[in-house]
Amino acid sequence: MLSAGSLGKEGFCPSERPARRGSKHQEMQPAPGSHSTALDVSAPPNPTASAGARARDRLAQAPTGRAAAIALLPPKGMLVGSLRARKEGTHPGAMVHAFLIHTLRAPNTEDTGLCRVLYSCVFGAEKSPDDPRPHGAERDRLLRKEQILAVARQVESMCRLQQQASGRPPMDLQPQSSDEQVPLHEAPRGAFRLAAENPFQEPRTVVWLGVFSLGFALVLDAHENLLLAEGTLRLLARLLLDHLRLLAPGTNLLLRADRIEGILTRFLPHGQLLFLNDQFVQDLEKELSAAWPR
Amino acid sequence: MFSAGAESLLHQAREIQDEELKKFCSRISKLLQAEDLGPDTLDSLQRLFLIISATKYNRRLEKTCVDLLQATLGLAACPEQLQVLCAAILREMSPSDSLSLVWDHTQNSRQLSLVASVLLAQGDRNEEVSAVGQGVLRALESRQPEGPSLRYLLPIMAKVVVLSPGTLQEDQATLLSKRLVDWLRYASLQQGLPHSSSFFSTPRARQPGPITEVDGTVATDFFTVLSTGHRFTEDQWLNVQAFSMLRAWLLHSGPEGLGILDTDDRSEQEGSTLSVISATSSSAGRLLPPRERLREVAFEYCQRLIEQSNRRALRKGDSDLQKACLVEAVLVLDVLCRQDPSFLYRSLSCLKALHGRVRGDPASVRVLLPLARFFLSHGEAAAVDSEAVYQHLFTRIPLEQFHSPMLAFEFVQFCRDNLQLFGGHLGTLRLSFPNLFKFLAWNSPPLTSEFVALLPALVDAGTALEMLHALLDLPCLTAVLDLQLRSSPAPSERPLWDTSLRAPSCLEAFRDPRFQGLFQYLLRPKASGATERLVPLYQLLQPMASCARVAQCAEAVPTLLQAFFSAVTQVADGALINQLALLLLGRSDSLYPAPGYAARVHSVLSSQFLALCTLKPSLVVELARDLLEFLGSVNGLRSRASLVTSVVWAVGEYLSVAYDRRCTVEQINKFFEALEALLFEVTQCRPSAALPRCPPKVVTALMTTLTKLASRSQDLIPRASLLLSKMRTLTQSPATSSMHSEEGAEAICTRATELLTLLKMPSVAQFVLTPSTEVCSPRYHRDVNTALPLALRTVSRLVEREAGLLPG
Repeated sequence: MLSAGSLGKEGFCPSERPARRGSKHQEMQPAPGSHSTALDVSAPPNPTASAGARARDRLAQAPTGRAAAIALLPPKGMLVGSLRARKEGTHPGAMVHAFLIHTLRAPNTEDTGLCRVLYSCVFGAEKSPDDPRPHGAERDRLLRKEQILAVARQVESMCRLQQQASGRPPMDLQPQSSDEQVPLHEAPRGAFRLAAENPFQEPRTVVWLGVFSLGFALVLDAHENLLLAEGTLRLLARLLLDHLRLLAPGTNLLLRADRIEGILTRFLPHGQLLFLNDQFVQDLEKELSAAWPR
Repeated sequence: MFSAGAESLLHQAREIQDEELKKFCSRISKLLQAEDLGPDTLDSLQRLFLIISATKYNRRLEKTCVDLLQATLGLAACPEQLQVLCAAILREMSPSDSLSLVWDHTQNSRQLSLVASVLLAQGDRNEEVSAVGQGVLRALESRQPEGPSLRYLLPIMAKVVVLSPGTLQEDQATLLSKRLVDWLRYASLQQGLPHSSSFFSTPRARQPGPITEVDGTVATDFFTVLSTGHRFTEDQWLNVQAFSMLRAWLLHSGPEGLGILDTDDRSEQEGSTLSVISATSSSAGRLLPPRERLREVAFEYCQRLIEQSNRRALRKGDSDLQKACLVEAVLVLDVLCRQDPSFLYRSLSCLKALHGRVRGDPASVRVLLPLARFFLSHGEAAAVDSEAVYQHLFTRIPLEQFHSPMLAFEFVQFCRDNLQLFGGHLGTLRLSFPNLFKFLAWNSPPLTSEFVALLPALVDAGTALEMLHALLDLPCLTAVLDLQLRSSPAPSERPLWDTSLRAPSCLEAFRDPRFQGLFQYLLRPKASGATERLVPLYQLLQPMASCARVAQCAEAVPTLLQAFFSAVTQVADGALINQLALLLLGRSDSLYPAPGYAARVHSVLSSQFLALCTLKPSLVVELARDLLEFLGSVNGLRSRASLVTSVVWAVGEYLSVAYDRRCTVEQINKFFEALEALLFEVTQCRPSAALPRCPPKVVTALMTTLTKLASRSQDLIPRASLLLSKMRTLTQSPATSSMHSEEGAEAICTRATELLTLLKMPSVAQFVLTPSTEVCSPRYHRDVNTALPLALRTVSRLVEREAGLLPG
C-alpha cells in the first residue's frame, strides 16, 4: 500500500518512463499528454466524429418546423420551449457555459512552454450526439477538453496582442509583492465571439481577464448580459486571488480544486450569473471562509 | 502563480501509469470505506481530481472507487470540502457510463445541487437533464419549510431550461411562474436574523432592522437586488436568484418560446387584452393568470430597479451593480414588450427618461446599447422618433470610447445582431462606417471577424469607394487615434497608448493647423462623400508605422479587403466596377508605410483586380487609357509586381473583340508598344542592391501577353518574334544571369521558345491564345474534329519538336 506521502512530489512520477504504448487509448491519441494543435478541435482523431459531422447528424435527424414541435409532444400536457424555437434562435440562452483558469505566457520572451489549462468547469454539457459507436463517451470528453483548450489559446493570444498594442512591458511572472492589492480594474481584459460549431455547437461569447501569468475566462451563451459577466469575472478573480493566495510565491492552485469549487458553487451556481450587491457578496464570502478557513 | 513546480506537477499527473493509479484508487477506496473524512482523504481526493482533469484522455477508475465517491457525496456528515471534490471528480470523468447517481430528495439541497452538477455534465445521453428538472420541480411543489432550501436549487432550474427547453410541462411552468412572482414581489422587507444570537445579547440588538437602499436610506418599496442590509433572509436570497434567471425564463415561457398550438396562441392574445385592462388598476393584477402576472411583476421590478439606479451608491460594488441592473432591466422590458405590446406605452416614458439620464454620463455608456435595441425593436410600433437615439449612439460613442475593448466588442455585436431591426435606419448605420472603423482600427484582433460578418450589410453602392479608401487607410487611422489619445487630457490614470513609443514630430504634426483638414477628414464620424489624398500624412506619421497596434491593424486589412470585395461585387454596377478597378490601381502606390503592409495589400488587390475583370471583361477596353498610364509608370514596378502581373495578364486575356466589340487595332497596337517598352525596361535594368530582382513571372506574363496581342493584330507578329528570340538569347547570356535565378532564366527561355513556335503558325496561335467562348461548351471537348485537346496535342508536338532542335 502506498504511504500517505506518496503521489506527492516523488510519488506522482516515480521514474522516467517512455510514453505509454499499447494502451487502450492508442487508437485515439498521438501521444499521452501531448498537445495537439487548434485544428484538432474541429477534427478529432476520428474524422467522422468532427463537430461539423455531429451538427450534420443532428440536423439530419431532427425534424424541423411545426412537425417537430408536435412530434415531440409527450402524451400528456404541453411542452414549454421547443426544438423549433431553439433552431430558429428565438431562444437565446443566457447563462455561463464554462469557466476556466489557464496560464498566460509572457510575450516576447523565449518561453517555449505551452498554454496550460489549470482548472476548468463546464456547467451542464452540450447535448452529446447520438453516437452508437463504442467509446462515444470518451470521444465526447476529449472534444470538451479540446474546446476548453481552444478557448484558452485564443484568450492567451488576445491578451498578448492587447498587451503588445498598449506597449505594456511583458507581464512579470511574479508580482512585486504578494500583499499588493491587484488592480483588477486595470488588468487587461476583453471579449470575443466564437462562431457556432467552432468549437462549441452554439455560438458563444468569451469574456476574459489577465492577471499576471493567469488568464480567467467565462464562456457565455451568446445573449448574456456582458456587463454583469464582466463584473462577475472580476469578482471571481478577486476571490480566487484572495482565498487561494495565488499571488504568494509557491502557491499552487492545482491541488486546491476544492476551494475553487467552493467559490464557484456560491458565486456562479450552475453557471447562473447573479446580481449580487456588495452585502450579498460579503455574506457569501463569510460563508466561504467558514467552510474553508484561510 | 504558475511556476516550474506547478508545471512539473501537471506533468507528473499526466504521466501517471494505470497500474499506479489503480493502487492509488484502492487507497482512496479504503479511506472512503472507513468513512475517514479527514485531511488524508482531502489530500488524496485533491490529487485524484488533478490526475483526472489534467489529461484530455479518459482515466479508468475502479468501479468500487467510483461507487464510493458517489456514496460519499450523499453522506450527510461529509464536510463540504470532500463533497465538492467528489462531485468535481465525477464531473471531470463525465460523460461516463458507470455512473449510478440519482436524484434523492432526502438529501440536503447543497448535496442535491452537487449531484445535479454531475448529472447535467453527462450530455443528456439518458435524459438526465429532464430527470434533474423534475427533481427540482418536486422540491418546488413541496413548499415544506423543512424541505430542501430552494436557494441552491433554483439555478439548476435555469440551467435545465436552457439545456433542454422542452422539459417542463404547462402546469409545471405555471407553478414556477407563480413561485417566481412570490419571490420577486413579496420578499420580506426586514433584515434577516443573525444565525447564532448569543445568550447575552439583548433582545433589542436582535431586532432585525429594515432593508435599506444602496444610498443608505430606508427602503421605500419592495425588495430587489439593489436592496441591502446586514443579513438576508431565505426569501431575499431567492429574490436575487429569481431576478437573475428572470429573462431566460420569460423568453422560455413566452409565446415564441413555446412549441404551442394555435389554441394556445389565442389564449395568449386574450391574456394580453386582459393585462391592458388590468394595467389601469394594480390591484386587478392579482387576478391575472400566472404567466401574465409574472410579466406584470417583472415590469414593476424593472421600473423599481431603474428608479433605484438613480440613487448614489455608497459602495463601489453597488454602483457597478446598478449599471448591470439597468442593462438587465432594459433587456427584460424589451422581452416583455415583444411578448405583450400593452407594456410598450407604459415602458416608453420611463425609458426615454432613462436615455436622457444616461446619455450624458460616460460611466453608463454600456446602458445605451440595450436602450437603442429597445427603440429599434419598438420605436416604430410606439410611433416614437428614435433617430436622435441612434444619432447620439453612432456619432458620439465611437468617437469618445473607441479605446474601451469591452464597449467596442459590445457595440459591434449590437450592430451585427440587430441588422434586421435597422430597417429604415440602416442608412444611419451605413453612413456611420467611418466611426465604426475606429473601433476596428483600435481593437482589430477581436473585431476583425465581427467586421467580416458586418461588412456585407455596411457596403452600399453609394459609399463603396469611400469605404475602400477607408479600409486601405485603416492602419493610418490607428496611428491618428493614438495621437488623438496622446494629445487629449488623459482620460484615465493609466495611459491607453504605448508609452514606450515617442513620436514628438507626429504629435506636432497633429497639432499643426496646416494638417488639420486631413486629420479631421480621417477622424470624420460619418461618410462625407468626398475623398482626400492622405499622402502627406503617410510621410508625417511614418514614425508611428512600427508601433504594435498599427502593425496588428495592418495585418487585419487584407482579410477585411477580401470581405469588402466579395460584398461590393454583389451590389456594384458596371460603372462602379470601373471605378473600383481604377481606385485599386491608383491606391496601389499610395499606402501607409507600415512594415510589410504594401506587399500584403498588393496580393489582395491583384487577385481582386482579376476578379473584377472576370465580372466585367469590357473594363479593359473601357479603361484602356488608364491601364496604359498605369503600365507606363513603371518606377513602382518592383514593389507592385503582383499587381502589374495581373494587369498585364488581364490585358492579354480581355483586350479582344471577343469580349468587347469596341476593341480596336489601334488599342492593341498601343498596348503592344507600352508592354514592349515595359519588357525592355524590366529586362535591361541593372540589378542593384536597392531594388529587388524582377520576378520571372512578370517577364513571362509580359511575353505571353505580347504574343497574344500579336496573334490578334498579325502585323505585330514579326516584332513579337524578334522580341521573343531576343529574350531567349538574353537569358542565356552570362551578363544577365545574375538578374534571375537559374530556374527563373530557364522558365523564361522555355516560355519564349514555346511562344515563338506558336507565332510561326498565326492561325494556330490565335486559336490557342484567344480561344472562343465556345471552349466552355461540352461539344467542344467531345467532337473529335474541333476538340481542344486535339489542338493542344498538335501544338505541343510542334513545340516539342522545335524545342528538340534547340542547341544545348
